[in-house]
Amino acid sequence: MSVARAYGAIAIAALLLALLPVMVQSNTVINALVTAMIIALAAQGWNLLAGYGGQFSFGHAAFFGAGAYGNAILQTRYGINAYAAMLTATAIGAAVGAVIGYLSFRSGLRGSYFALITLAFAEVFRIIANATPFTGGAAGTLIKLQVSAANFQFASRAIYFWIILAIVTAVMFLMRGIERSRFGAYLVAVRENEDAAAALGVDTLDVKLKAIMLSAAMTALAGAFYVQYFLFVDSSIAFGTWISVEALLGPIIGGLGTVFGPLLGALALHFLGELAKAVAGRVLGIDLALFGILLVLIIAFARDGLQGLLTRLARLWRARRPA
Amino acid sequence: MTSLDILAAAVLNGLMSGAVYALIAVGLTLVYGVLHIINFAHGAILSAAMFAAYLAFQAGVDPYVAMVPLALIFFGLGYGLQRLVIGPASHGDDRNILLITLGLSIVIENLLLAVFNSDTRTVDVAYGFSTLDLGFTFLALPRAAAFGVSCLVAVLLWILLAQTDTGKAIRAVAKEKLGASLAGIDVAHIYAVTFGLGAACLAIAACLLLPTYYVHPRVGNAYVLVAFTIVVLGGMGSIPGAIAGGLFVGVVESLSGLMFGESLGQLGIFVIFILVLLIRPTGLFGAKA
Repeated sequence: MSVARAYGAIAIAALLLALLPVMVQSNTVINALVTAMIIALAAQGWNLLAGYGGQFSFGHAAFFGAGAYGNAILQTRYGINAYAAMLTATAIGAAVGAVIGYLSFRSGLRGSYFALITLAFAEVFRIIANATPFTGGAAGTLIKLQVSAANFQFASRAIYFWIILAIVTAVMFLMRGIERSRFGAYLVAVRENEDAAAALGVDTLDVKLKAIMLSAAMTALAGAFYVQYFLFVDSSIAFGTWISVEALLGPIIGGLGTVFGPLLGALALHFLGELAKAVAGRVLGIDLALFGILLVLIIAFARDGLQGLLTRLARLWRARRPA
Repeated sequence: MTSLDILAAAVLNGLMSGAVYALIAVGLTLVYGVLHIINFAHGAILSAAMFAAYLAFQAGVDPYVAMVPLALIFFGLGYGLQRLVIGPASHGDDRNILLITLGLSIVIENLLLAVFNSDTRTVDVAYGFSTLDLGFTFLALPRAAAFGVSCLVAVLLWILLAQTDTGKAIRAVAKEKLGASLAGIDVAHIYAVTFGLGAACLAIAACLLLPTYYVHPRVGNAYVLVAFTIVVLGGMGSIPGAIAGGLFVGVVESLSGLMFGESLGQLGIFVIFILVLLIRPTGLFGAKA
């Protein structure tokens, strides 16, 4: 895909999605769309580190939670303006990413070991957040409802949707830029063969650190936005395994290491989840069970995810048309 | 009771729970040692085994009676899971295996949730509150039984690995799978046997835990994170390491719970885990990663 076409495709996808709240006015639908977009953003973060860089984190909740708690605490405890709080929370997320990344990559942790240590960090944060009064303990932290644009609180859910959509779109443009940059090439080299990349003079520690910081920042922004939308956070929302799992399911199902993968995957998962609830009723966990089955099927039969399936279908369709 | 007695009791209690941790960790480390993958479905399989033991109890079978049949059933399940799902679906790529076992854990855990809801269940056994009088402290009978059976299983497993042909094949595959397959060993079969053994350990652990613990679709997670810690601590793939690590972690948990309270006691384990991973990822017993 040429550069112009790639950016064009992102813009068209964003515009089509932006029309959704105009066509459907149901609060439930818009609510689901906002959540899907938050997941898509967190998933973009995961995809940068794992899809492009090959470092599989099982604990992106650590970053999501840092953003979520960062935003909530800065506003409630220090009275900082919502916009500044969200930006600072994003930076805090990046800093947490830098610390975890520095510690683990310096020790040479890869593969399963890296997955394990990220999982452990998220779990440590969850236990601490659940036990300390500073984070509101087990009761969590509530942001006061004061609807006003100055507080980043809006009466209409559609506005939240457009904002998060704009953020996701911007991140997709950024990812497309990274794909074509020297940094992106280094990152893929690290994924394909870290030792070879190092032998060719790539500073692999530096590349991985940059990747985890950027990745953590994106996921932290998703967490900050989540809190801003729901105005509540507790330890199992912020640092629970659900977000670590959803952040990785999206890209894998949508297409690992692709710009569109996380968005496609997050939307598909939410559509599937709602469908499952509609068919099976309110059976607990049925949607996640389906996601798990989908994950296994995708890995077994379609390694390049939905994006790859769509590309193959398009190619078939084009081939069948007489030239 | 003097403070020394309290300390001794805490250490003893730690050893009791540590033995069950060790059993769970042995299953995990065995699979890692042979297949070189971390089985993220380990916790979910433990939850499933606990529900199986719970259902058996509802049907009137004591957990200690259900132990051997359940171990056999779970051996079969584990064998099938590796042979029919994980093996074929992963195309032999390590990252795929990681994700497949994660996917399996999500499926198992949420199916349990869908069927049994998120209620916390317990069983009432007649001996649930029986104790042994040791003079300086009392020891809960089910916990002492758990300790004894865990040790027995460890010994049996050691005999299996050291003395039988299957055990030799497992060790051969763990060391050099290509060489093993050239020597006529069916690697896919040995992989599945190993996975089955891991699942059987979980079934036994589940029966041992049931009289004193609760059942919940996510109950396995609490144990498996501890098991990961133990496996890393003892050296990935090392069975003696897993046993020593399990006992050690049990004691640390019990002592830090005594000193810092229950919820932060858990924290101690994770801190050890992170430190070991960062400083000595090959484990204290030095099995090469």
